[in-house]
Amino acid sequence: MIHKFELDGTRILLDVNSGAVHIIDEIVYKLLDYYERESLDALLKIFKDQYKPEEIIDAFEEIKALETAGLLFTQDSYESHPSFQNRNPVVKALCLHIAHDCNISCKYCFASQGDFKGTRSLMTERVGMEAIDFLIEHSGNRRNLEIDFFGGEPLMNMEVVKKIVDYGKSREESANKRFRFTITTNGVLLNEENMAYINEHMENVVLSIDGRKEVNDNMRKTLKGEGTYEIILPKLQKMASMRAGKNYYVRGTFTREHLDFAKDVLHLADLGFLNTSVEPVVAEADKPYAIRHEDLPEIFAQYEALAKEYVKRKKNNNGFSFFHFMIDLNQGPCVIKRVSGCGAGSEYLAITPEGDIYPCHQFVGNERFKMGNLLENQFSNEIQREFGNAHVYNKPQCRECWAKFYCSGGCHANAYNFYQDVNRPYEIGCEMEKKRIECALMIQAKLLTEEEN
Amino acid sequence: MKHIKTLTNATLKDSAAKGGCGECQTSCQSACKTSCTVANQECENK
Repeated sequence: MIHKFELDGTRILLDVNSGAVHIIDEIVYKLLDYYERESLDALLKIFKDQYKPEEIIDAFEEIKALETAGLLFTQDSYESHPSFQNRNPVVKALCLHIAHDCNISCKYCFASQGDFKGTRSLMTERVGMEAIDFLIEHSGNRRNLEIDFFGGEPLMNMEVVKKIVDYGKSREESANKRFRFTITTNGVLLNEENMAYINEHMENVVLSIDGRKEVNDNMRKTLKGEGTYEIILPKLQKMASMRAGKNYYVRGTFTREHLDFAKDVLHLADLGFLNTSVEPVVAEADKPYAIRHEDLPEIFAQYEALAKEYVKRKKNNNGFSFFHFMIDLNQGPCVIKRVSGCGAGSEYLAITPEGDIYPCHQFVGNERFKMGNLLENQFSNEIQREFGNAHVYNKPQCRECWAKFYCSGGCHANAYNFYQDVNRPYEIGCEMEKKRIECALMIQAKLLTEEEN
Repeated sequence: MKHIKTLTNATLKDSAAKGGCGECQTSCQSACKTSCTVANQECENK
């Protein structure tokens, strides 16, 4: 399988199954439409009015040489690979819902303004400790384990966060595990003390802000209904500056109310944030701010504009990172990781303040997906198996998709929310993801050729 | 080659050889929490 596209004057050819990426000229681009089913003689006739015969022969031979070298039209042999076939159902990451409560109110909040359609509650130290024990017990021989402190707003329960971190660290040596802690916050409660703590103990901190003031304040409001931009911005900037080389992201959401999100990403970069991630909203189709199919042309144009500016800034040494454009063509994850999916429901689970276990944060509160409870020492791995099998080879649309090794099958929650089927990827999400990957490949092509020149 | 410039070789195929250790970060934990991009994750077993 191949995929070819043209973006900003660069023609890119991807050999899907080998991962090889090529820049091609116009004649190769056109020849490839016929190459697999037509002979050289036929191609000479088809293109006789457009190219000289020697050019056609030359281009044809180059395509053939790549094919012979295993860099074009390669077959997908990963489904039967032993590392994929024999992967064990282990849990290696937990999303701890430290607080089912929030100190701001976002219009698009998937967690129903923080309470996840339930009662407002805070995780106790005991549930947190049980979660650490559960993770160690179910992680098999994996050494690197991850705990994400999530909410609602986790800073509303910071003392428990600290106790869980202490407990996790205290168990590392005897269990031969290494915990990586991360936290996601809206920033309102950041202060000198907890910023210092986060900086020391968290491998990554995700700071929520949507971009420009008017965009952020349209969605992200205080409980009194005022915008949060002015409250959070100085705190987020301080937190980001403290990181000095350690991981952080400013993470926003765009909706159909402000589709010109490229401006928001660039606004965040202009504010000095080096690591950005702005994501399309996940919302039921009847919500006025939900992304619709008809919005896609505008969204594609935004990604393309952002990609062009991204290259320009990188070349001018004032570059920044945008999460979905950060594809490393040479040292990315192995193909086994790429075909296994996001891990939700199998190696990644969410824990509520009450100790309930769900496939991921997006499923919390949906009883059909409750997998057990930590305090009752219950865990059924039936759902874990179901999610573990929701990989690209079991999703008909993914199997035939050129982007499968880059997106790994999409978000299960999106799939379920739209089609009540975790094996049917959310189509609008797929279209956006494919555009992001094309942009990321174009960026790599431009930067790599620039380096060589 | 005159018409084709290869940017990267068969990296996926090569990665299968030593792949599947499972030690790398769970993608959803990184910065998206919704829309998966796995290709931007780092390998722990380079």
